[in-house]
Amino acid sequence: MSYRGYEPVIGIEIHVQLSTSTKIFSSESTSFSASDNENTSPVSVGMPGSLPVLNKKAVEYSIKTGLALGCEINRKSIFARKNYFYPDLPKGYQISQYDQPLCENGRVTFKVDGVEKTVTIARAHMEEDAGKSNHHGEYTLINYNRAGIPLLEVVSGPDIRSPAEAAEYARTIRQIVRYLDVCDGNLEEGSLRCDCNVSVRKEGATQFGTKVEIKNINSFRFVEKAIEYEIERQIDALERGEKIIQETRLWDPDKNRTFSMRTKEDAQDYRYFPDPDLLPVLVSEDMIARFRRELPELPIARALRFQEEHALPEYDASVLTTEKALADYYEATAQECKNYKAASNWIMTEVLRELKAAGKEIQDATIKPVQLGKMIALIDKGEISGKIAKTVFQEMWASGKDPETIIKEKGLVQVSDPAVIEKIIDEVLSANTQSVEDYKSGKKKNLFGFFVGAVMKASKGQANPEIVNKILQEKLK
Amino acid sequence: MDLTFASISEIAEAVQSRKLSAVEAVSHFQKRIDSLDGRLNSFIAKNEHALKDAEAIDARIARGENVGVLAGVPFGIKDMFCTKGLKTTAGSKILENFIPPYDATAVARLKNAGAIVMGKLNQDEFAMGSSNETSYFGAVKNPWNLDCVPGGSSGGSAAAQAARLVAGTVGTDTGGSIRQPASFCGIVGVKPTYGRISRYGIIAFASSLDQAGPMVSTVRDAALTLEVMCGFDPHDSTTSQKNVPAWSKNLDADMKGLKVGLIKEYMRGSLHPDVQKTVDNSIETLKKLGAEIVEISVPMTEFAVPVYYLVCASEASSNLARYDGVKYGYRASFKNLSAVELEEFYGRTRGEGFGSEVKRRIMLGTYCLSSGYYDAYYNKAGQVRRLMTNQYLEAFKKCDVILSPVTTAPAFKIGERISDPLAMYLNDIFTTSTNLAGLPGMSVPFGMSQEGLPIGVQLTASHFEEQKMLNVALALENASSVKGQKPHVV
Repeated sequence: MSYRGYEPVIGIEIHVQLSTSTKIFSSESTSFSASDNENTSPVSVGMPGSLPVLNKKAVEYSIKTGLALGCEINRKSIFARKNYFYPDLPKGYQISQYDQPLCENGRVTFKVDGVEKTVTIARAHMEEDAGKSNHHGEYTLINYNRAGIPLLEVVSGPDIRSPAEAAEYARTIRQIVRYLDVCDGNLEEGSLRCDCNVSVRKEGATQFGTKVEIKNINSFRFVEKAIEYEIERQIDALERGEKIIQETRLWDPDKNRTFSMRTKEDAQDYRYFPDPDLLPVLVSEDMIARFRRELPELPIARALRFQEEHALPEYDASVLTTEKALADYYEATAQECKNYKAASNWIMTEVLRELKAAGKEIQDATIKPVQLGKMIALIDKGEISGKIAKTVFQEMWASGKDPETIIKEKGLVQVSDPAVIEKIIDEVLSANTQSVEDYKSGKKKNLFGFFVGAVMKASKGQANPEIVNKILQEKLK
Repeated sequence: MDLTFASISEIAEAVQSRKLSAVEAVSHFQKRIDSLDGRLNSFIAKNEHALKDAEAIDARIARGENVGVLAGVPFGIKDMFCTKGLKTTAGSKILENFIPPYDATAVARLKNAGAIVMGKLNQDEFAMGSSNETSYFGAVKNPWNLDCVPGGSSGGSAAAQAARLVAGTVGTDTGGSIRQPASFCGIVGVKPTYGRISRYGIIAFASSLDQAGPMVSTVRDAALTLEVMCGFDPHDSTTSQKNVPAWSKNLDADMKGLKVGLIKEYMRGSLHPDVQKTVDNSIETLKKLGAEIVEISVPMTEFAVPVYYLVCASEASSNLARYDGVKYGYRASFKNLSAVELEEFYGRTRGEGFGSEVKRRIMLGTYCLSSGYYDAYYNKAGQVRRLMTNQYLEAFKKCDVILSPVTTAPAFKIGERISDPLAMYLNDIFTTSTNLAGLPGMSVPFGMSQEGLPIGVQLTASHFEEQKMLNVALALENASSVKGQKPHVV
């Protein structure tokens, strides 16, 4: 994409909220639904004398994410204090990692419009979240439930070159952390927060332009729109001969624009120093080996396997692997019926459509994958027709019953006995003598479909269509 | 038994065996506090529930329970330790009305062993001071001479213990805050190895240096109290997992073959003649008892004071950021709060809430950690610190303990140095290196100045070698000519 001879340079910082059951440095619950300030303790509200103790699960989730992003896991990393004053920051500093983060030098690969793109991960470091200020005009209320929720900040290299790439990069990170089950990936609830660094430079230039950080982006669509807006704003400014000011801007989704929050001149000096209350995080080879063994198969690898082992088209493989739960659903279905393409078709069309209509997730599907697999196997064995299968599927979706049960209850078994079918055909033909004549005389050749339909209708859809075709053709010669 | 001068174990044994009730013990010392503390100002808050707590101890004993080695022993707690339901101020206006919802682990351990918390003891504000003059709650007087400081920052603990307003006290030591007042008031003060005692619930001054410890009347009481306070705490990642030895049971004053090190670099300075004499006498005493005196060198101690002030101010500037008037503690009064900018809110709250010494150190520390200065100051200080620690470890290959003065001079007059911060900081010349290296150190009374002020000597051991240090202290205590001397206010 061309921008009036300019090239955008984009880097993204994603705060991944780790789904541990307790906070990063204390033992309160992390549940989102608690009432205000319910999930607090002397540690998370910064009472005098309270001390942080690192949550091992948060380290495990961070290392797993680092491994999935192809990062080097530092055998020793250090927690540092980032000092600044704000009412929702209870200690007057945030415990984060600074010059010695847990994960460094990774990369992720994804496709944008069919073109493969690799973005480097500069680092991924652990930190605690702050509380939440709720401004009420005259006064502000602070909820510290979020203070101390574990975050992993994933920082990309300045490798992204378009808004579409940026959104796809963010989607890929979300997909990976959801595969790992370390984050629910819910953007609206803030489980995943994207800050985008955007600059532009003349095409062919080697130096970076001045970057602007955009915050407050809570959907992938807004990632794209905010960056698009920012690129144009910066180019307009440069074209007018202005200089870009290094600043932080906020995305306003209602006005579809970014606006300035603070400039570099008011940038704070965070006075980072190693937190003396916490020991260095030491990671052993054994831990890394264990976490690596526990990693699930990641989306790209899984999609490739579906293409190679199941002979699925690239498109199918990519759709089925968007979510781990969907890929699991497909695999369990395919396992049951051994008809990969059919399993893929049924899921991508019927299952996904029903889910979308009901606003449900794959986990909530009433039809279990084994049931769907059995149904597909019944089609393949010729026990039900594809047409009957649609009816069976609807019944299964509504009731959650097994396909065999539904077929038995509704008498939906396919009829393949030629004698029975011939009888039905004879009845249909004798009831439509005029049409038979028209067809035979060649006047209306397209009437064949009409006969098939009438036979199927007369058999309540149970006649085997292949056999119906065969006998009809003979009779109408 | 003369309860006023009874040892901690004597009281505990008497209470446990029901020769004395905890209520009697508490009432006895409450009367002493009420009649004498007006002259010392060593208490900031008294525990109104002390008698009730004592009744509970007595009831448990009556039911046949073994309450613990501190059964019914009245303790005073420095106001740096959070005490559940009992005001904890750190000697500061900014926490004037702060009532913690939890006990510091060290306090909980004392209580679990049967100790009764009598109240909270005065101190320099946030433990920043060497004279107890920076307290928002007023200066503490030295019971040996009411015109003199008791030392600091644990001045209230030292004064209350010397005057026997309680049977035992605890303090904290970041750069000498237990040892220096112990020396000035003629009591035994121990700072164990960094990591021995949990810092959880102790208001942080400089996290990498802070360590609590007992301030009591005898070496044996110190060993016993230390055993109770020490031990791994899952709430403090920096506590040691090492076993806590039974120091009090293994005390051994036999000095034969023991090597006592004297730091070469400490001999150059000019000491007050009475301090010099006390140190010389202690060396002679140990020699006579069979110890071998060896000269050792820890050249980096030359930089101990500047390195200490860089580290402690830097860490303090961050540790004290939480006192912002938002969640608890002092908040400046504003006529129209909703019209106040955040900066003004913080500025006035902290400006009014903190005293000048605390503000001086916050500014110093903020500067040291600032972008562009970090490497030259905090980082460099850390490097010197590591070198100094290594030099100490080398030195301890040649000796078992190091003996040195605690301070250059005995207790000084109230008001004499408060306007000269640098002179005040140099007070810590012999004590700060112990904290920087994380070593255990203690002060044991051994001499008396011409003016009748007590003088201690300092003993330092290698990491986790508290026993060696306590043994030498016991030998000195046994041989001390000042043993049994009492301050005027008793």
